[in-house]
Amino acid sequence: MTHTITAIVQDHPGVLARVAGLFARRGFNIASLSVNRTHRPGMSRMVICVDGDQLTLEQITKQLHKLVEVLKVWDHVDDPVVQRELALIKVDADARTRSEIFQIATIFRAQIVDVSDRTVTIECTGLTDKIDALVRMLEPFGIKETARTGRVILVRGFQDT
Amino acid sequence: MITAAEALVQGLSRAGVDVIFGIPGGVLIPIYDKLLDACQSGALRNILVRHEQGAAHMADGYARASGRVGVCVATSGPGATNLVTGIATAYMDSVPIVALTGQVRTSVIGTDAFQEADIFGITMPVVKHSYLVKRGQDLPQILCDAFYIASSGRPGPVLIDIPADVSVAPFEPVVPEGPDTPGYRPTVRGNYRTIRRAAEVIAEAQRPLLYVGGGAVSSGAADEVRKLAELTNIPVFTTLLGKGVFPETHRLSLGMAGMHGTAYANYAIQESDLLIAIGARFDDRVTGDLKKFAPMARAIHIDVDPAEIGKNVSVTVPIVGDCKTVLAEMIPMVKPREADHWNARCDDLKAQYPLRYKQSADTIMPQQAIEELHRLTSGEAIVVTGVGQHQMWSAQHYLCSRPRQFLSSGGLGTMGYALPAALGAQVACPDQLVVAIDGDGSFQMTLQELATGVAERLPVKVMILNNGYLGMVRQWQDLFYSKRYSGVDLAGSVDFVKLAEAYGAVGLRATRPDELVPTLERAMAVTDRPCVIDVVVDREANVMPMIPSGRSVDDMRFE
Ligand SMILES: Cc1ncc(C[n+]2csc(CCOP(=O)(O)OP(=O)(O)O)c2C)c(N)n1
Ligand SMILES: [Mg+2]
Repeated sequence: MTHTITAIVQDHPGVLARVAGLFARRGFNIASLSVNRTHRPGMSRMVICVDGDQLTLEQITKQLHKLVEVLKVWDHVDDPVVQRELALIKVDADARTRSEIFQIATIFRAQIVDVSDRTVTIECTGLTDKIDALVRMLEPFGIKETARTGRVILVRGFQDT
Repeated sequence: MITAAEALVQGLSRAGVDVIFGIPGGVLIPIYDKLLDACQSGALRNILVRHEQGAAHMADGYARASGRVGVCVATSGPGATNLVTGIATAYMDSVPIVALTGQVRTSVIGTDAFQEADIFGITMPVVKHSYLVKRGQDLPQILCDAFYIASSGRPGPVLIDIPADVSVAPFEPVVPEGPDTPGYRPTVRGNYRTIRRAAEVIAEAQRPLLYVGGGAVSSGAADEVRKLAELTNIPVFTTLLGKGVFPETHRLSLGMAGMHGTAYANYAIQESDLLIAIGARFDDRVTGDLKKFAPMARAIHIDVDPAEIGKNVSVTVPIVGDCKTVLAEMIPMVKPREADHWNARCDDLKAQYPLRYKQSADTIMPQQAIEELHRLTSGEAIVVTGVGQHQMWSAQHYLCSRPRQFLSSGGLGTMGYALPAALGAQVACPDQLVVAIDGDGSFQMTLQELATGVAERLPVKVMILNNGYLGMVRQWQDLFYSKRYSGVDLAGSVDFVKLAEAYGAVGLRATRPDELVPTLERAMAVTDRPCVIDVVVDREANVMPMIPSGRSVDDMRFE
């Protein structure tokens, strides 16, 4: 099962290496990772998706907590959340197939962000499942490249994440 | 204006550091220059070692023996990498040390400059925390935080890497008000209701045992452990690192449990219905096969590190907090308990399965050497061991009566630990007798520190149990590989007596059983320099009992 963990960290040099190293060393598998500065100076937000059972998740959060530069950790098991991933998908497209691809994109509420005589590039936000489904739908046209981000996540409502 | 080198010396003194162990190098000269002032004023003792691994183990031995933070220093590149084994040793056993390393100039970091090694990156998996100092003005706060982090919560090594240009650049110093570590707040007090629940669970238990580890030592919980044990008459076993937290001659003591623990401790664990783990982590050297370990027991687990609780076994009552604080709060809630059938059962096991070994008229048995040492030193010496058979025999036969008396590399199992750690312990405790019980293999990994011991006039005794083998490996080959001895024969390595003399230490040898006691007595009389005692022992003695790796008590062997 895949879990989503948020860690607020001090944005010191080496903090990403420390977190990544912790996962590697303890044999935790990172499915995806996103890191960025927050609006608060000196603080970064990491969102880490990991595969593992409940016990693994517990070890991961406890081990993360132990890192001196990690300020807060949430495992989002019971939280109502909004979460998004972003994908850019470059698909083979010519005059014949272009409109069909546009239609599929519309159904997925994805944007066309670039068109050339031989390709279309689509931007899609959503959850892993939705992006996977879009990719599957586009596969028959020939996918040239995909670029996907890790997940970002916030707890709904007033509560902090 | 001061430089970071000056700030370092001031910071060390603010942290109460009275001794550092290390070797200088190009990038460290500005720092060593400032250290000289502190040394000449008598504020600091600067001990020059012969290999940086020795510096790290000395800092470690100093810390384990005294409870204070040990400090070691090494130059950039090879000096720093030489520290790694010592840092990892301290990490695995949760020992508070601060390692200071020189680094190449900031402008050339990352260019494979001369003697550049990314020690910050290399040590990342084996430190509690680490710093690369980018600006001199950050150093005072970093030092303050480093000592706090190393010594609080679950202690551990902290590394501070200081580039050469940073150490000389001047800045206006600000004295730190205290540690500033927003992401690090160890839990000291346990949860009140959980502690009360623990007291109830103890009252319900029929066959409880106290399982005491190194965490009880670092927390200073020996008095509380003893109070709890005596109040409830609950028998106590310890881990290797817990040795001495509870007096091993006490009627309630079952000694050390685990792979080479006493058979009676291991049998008692199998019959127990409650393990009260205090600063112990259910390590595989204690539990063997987890599925078969203590099959009837529930567990109360007290540990300052939440990540240890529930890591290896499921726990009925988890208590995160400092062992001493938690026990002090728990003891008044615990119902006194008279000694009963369970105590009688444990006493039976003790009588039935004492530690035994084959005696010999013309060969010194290693166990006998340790027992004689124990007698001669009234069980009062600080004992430091290498890794191997001699380490396990020491644990079995040198019964300890107080914490910080038995120093051994448990987690990493670092051969070469004994001599330097013993020197560090002797520096920390100048008035105590410090004896390294070493193996002929282990000793040869760090023996150059004899020179340090001679230079510093440290009267450490090194009793080498010389079996001419990498004995522990030979034992496994004996038991599990039909005596196919491969890569373990050390016979004829070196004459340890002449070697000691060459260093300016005293060298003695005992070969026959009747020479043992007189030789040890002569060694005890040496008070101004190290003394090496080459005790030539039975070559093929095995450490027994033994639970083979990953197995259970059912597979315990006695020969
Ligand atoms: C640095 C290091 N290298 C290798 C080992 C593996 N090892 C464990 S015990 C042992 C033999 C130790 O020999 P010795 O010091 O003579 O002790 P003995 O077992 O003979 O008492 C070895 C090689 C180790 N623990 N540490
Ligand atoms: Mg040996």
